Amino acid sequence: MNFLKPRAESRHSDPSPAKKAGSGFQGKPFRLAWALWFLVAIHVVVLLAGFIAPYSFDTQDRLYPYAPPTHLHFVDCQGKFHLRPFVYVTKLAGDNLTEYTQDCSQTARMEFFLRGDGYTLLGAFHSNLHLFGVEAPASMFLLGTDGFGRDQLSRLLYGGQVSLFAGFIAAALSVLAGLLLGAIAGMYGGRVDDVAMRFAEIFITVPWFYLLIAVRAFLPLQISPITAFLLVISVIGIVGWGRPARLVRGVILSARERNFVLAARGFGASNAYLLRRHLMPLTFRVLLTQMTVLIPQFILAEVIVSFLGLGIGEPFPSWGNMLASAQQYHVLVSYWWMLLPGLAPVPVFLAYHSLAEKLQERIKSHI
Amino acid sequence: MVCMARSALFCLLALLPSIALAQGAAPEELLRTTCEPGNRGGTLVIAQRSEPRTFNPIMAIDQNSQGVNARMMADLVHINRATQKTEPALAKSWTISKDGTQITVKLRRGLRFSDGAPFDADDVLFSFKVYLDEKVRSPQRDLLIIGGKPMAVQKLDAYTVRFTFPAPYAPAERVFDSVAILPRHLLKKDYEEGKISQSWGLNTPPEKIAGLGAFRLKQVVPGERIVLERNPYYWKIDSKGQRLPYLDDLAFVAVPSQDGQVMRFEAGESQIISSLSADNFTALESEQKKRHFQLYDIGPGLEYNFLMFNLNDDTKGRYPEIERKQKWFRDVRFRQAISTAIDRQGIVRLIYHNRATALATHENPGDKQWVNAAIPAPMHSLSKARELLKTAGFSWKSDGTLVDSTGQPVEFSILVSSSNSQRTQIATLVQDDLKQIGIAAHVVTMEARSVNDRVLNSHDYEAIVMGMVKGDADPTPDNNLLMSNGATHLWNMGEKTPATPWEAEIDRLMQKQMVTLNYPQRKKIYDQVQEILAQQLPMVYLVSPNILVGAQQDLGNFRPAIIEQYTFWNAEELFWHTPAGKH
Repeated sequence: MNFLKPRAESRHSDPSPAKKAGSGFQGKPFRLAWALWFLVAIHVVVLLAGFIAPYSFDTQDRLYPYAPPTHLHFVDCQGKFHLRPFVYVTKLAGDNLTEYTQDCSQTARMEFFLRGDGYTLLGAFHSNLHLFGVEAPASMFLLGTDGFGRDQLSRLLYGGQVSLFAGFIAAALSVLAGLLLGAIAGMYGGRVDDVAMRFAEIFITVPWFYLLIAVRAFLPLQISPITAFLLVISVIGIVGWGRPARLVRGVILSARERNFVLAARGFGASNAYLLRRHLMPLTFRVLLTQMTVLIPQFILAEVIVSFLGLGIGEPFPSWGNMLASAQQYHVLVSYWWMLLPGLAPVPVFLAYHSLAEKLQERIKSHI
Repeated sequence: MVCMARSALFCLLALLPSIALAQGAAPEELLRTTCEPGNRGGTLVIAQRSEPRTFNPIMAIDQNSQGVNARMMADLVHINRATQKTEPALAKSWTISKDGTQITVKLRRGLRFSDGAPFDADDVLFSFKVYLDEKVRSPQRDLLIIGGKPMAVQKLDAYTVRFTFPAPYAPAERVFDSVAILPRHLLKKDYEEGKISQSWGLNTPPEKIAGLGAFRLKQVVPGERIVLERNPYYWKIDSKGQRLPYLDDLAFVAVPSQDGQVMRFEAGESQIISSLSADNFTALESEQKKRHFQLYDIGPGLEYNFLMFNLNDDTKGRYPEIERKQKWFRDVRFRQAISTAIDRQGIVRLIYHNRATALATHENPGDKQWVNAAIPAPMHSLSKARELLKTAGFSWKSDGTLVDSTGQPVEFSILVSSSNSQRTQIATLVQDDLKQIGIAAHVVTMEARSVNDRVLNSHDYEAIVMGMVKGDADPTPDNNLLMSNGATHLWNMGEKTPATPWEAEIDRLMQKQMVTLNYPQRKKIYDQVQEILAQQLPMVYLVSPNILVGAQQDLGNFRPAIIEQYTFWNAEELFWHTPAGKH
């Protein structure tokens, strides 16, 4: 957790309050551990989705539309216990695609480290090795399938890549833009401050959802769904710079009159130097807290945008577009497992919110 | 007192026809229906996607407006939605000249508009004058123009009208269906002032709107509901001599989503439901007994879904990327390969739960009268698709990506409206099918109006999954789509001359079938059109969904049909078996 404990500058024998502020988390028991570990774990899991998921996100098994979650068995139909879990082969019972039957005569053992659909890990490593699964022609859908026979678990994991990182990218863009413009406004004051803050207010009041609809309609059709999605996320992020900018401006405004800043200025430090060396580091805690608040907000924004069909396009999954099918009456009443993507963001939001809360507490106690 | 006043008013209204008779007006020539005699009273609530845009039948183009207006208006000759045959309506009878260029129509005598004003040939003349007036821009005008020339309308006497076509016209009296007869006494002034297209908006007081339909406007609650009440002057009676309609009121409520409509229907808040998706049909099936409703699968309808490539000529210079890809799209072997790669049975099974039919052309195999049965069912074969692509100069890279003769990867977007979940799912299945032959198709969902604008106006799209509904089983209404100068010649809009020899041939054949009166000959000509379409695939025809509808069990005379409006086309005959108060 290096980012929580910035190293003291070696060139300065007398660290500025900015550096003291940066070391504010030292020496206390780390009560945020669970939230942090959970977030790290879930991000690692979704990054390794290709390996962990038994299938690719777009693999359609048209023989299994809306298949319910596959049951893992240890005891077979004859009552015999098996050490390794296994699944029974299931088949559609009729034409209405709602009933499946288990064939007790055909079983498939759960295998580990087996070969399957190809994938690219972290954008660099190509592989087809999967953590677990069953050998074809049997299938194992632990969270069921959607209407095209695509494995919901695999799509949930791949969808996490889109939803979680969309939140992260958008929040990072917001905070960076907010830091830059807020710092300039706070540092230079006067007309620069007025203009920057009026713009911030305009951006805060922009109805981002309608803006997104307009942006999506004007994007050329030829660009790939991922590019279109990144553009949409960038718009969400950039529109959100207003609040972080106001917070940064407030910190800079109060800090620029403090003695160590005035002293540095007295020694001939330029505005740019003061900002970089003394003032911006003071905003670190505020920005960190803002990140933890903004990331879940932007994850939710992605989920909403995709839920309404304006996010990433098929066949790429996100938690929002997976949940979109729950808008349909028949899905709501017939296929409960299609609602699971709606639950996926909940622990993530809880973890981010408790992180934000604890950081807030620490900032207050520091002040 | 209020009650007594209302009763007196009701009695007065009921007596009006006999008062008129006593005053010497022509006796009413009523139409006796063969429907099951029913009980008077009750309300039927129908959910529609949105409220109607207008009550003006001249300008109504959306289904919601047409659905409401058709209940308030009547036509001379009507196509029975159940039998698909023509039957008399305001026209008591008609005769067609031997050369097929003239239809002489005898009107019913003694009929009255819903405001009590009498109806005669002058209303018919006025109506057709309005529809044929180019300045009015009525969508019905296209149907009344034959071979580029308008039909002539002549009054022979107060109840006889002669229609003269510039050339023999095969659909003959079918042309009169859904051409509403307008009340001259109410609309003449607006027409003369050039304001008729703005007449009868949603804010027009109900008493200023009148028609010859089974119902008349009672109440408009903007954004919420439109209530129609029974027209006491309606001209149909049942076998017992009871004047139709049976229902007191017909209420149309706006429910934007189909899922919302399903929930309302299940809760009993609306009593009939049209255009159910196969998914919802399956979900509702188990509830039928408990909730006292009945679902009906009435078989393949006149709707067809297709994948269409942008073949418009005006993309040159405006959209270089589309123009580059049109070299592929214009190659018939490419279109055939795409068609062969698509698993239509997968679409039928997964999206429509086997309640749809795979299509080779826009004609549904269920339409025995017009379908060309010799055209084989569409084939699904990836190897055949690869073979076709190879002969068209395409090849594959080592990673399986399809590239054209210049080495460019074959990649295009498929536009689809976000409001239609079945078509969005079709696009996703097609995308996966095309991936199997190395084509990267990107599905782009967009709001319906943006999609329509791109297809009809800007032509800024590469491929699209969309659907169309034929207005009639007869081939002639397809002229708009199939003929190169047609208003909805979707794949290449605004062609001045046919862009290809096969389009020129379709133009010739469609013109010929329109003036060929002999059915077998006409069918033979139309068979050729279908052969060309199946071969050239200007649209890659996919599936035609079955018409799935539902109604409360105690609704009498419910006879769903495959032509719109599927469930309430015979609203005047519908009645409640249970006592009127219940509904």
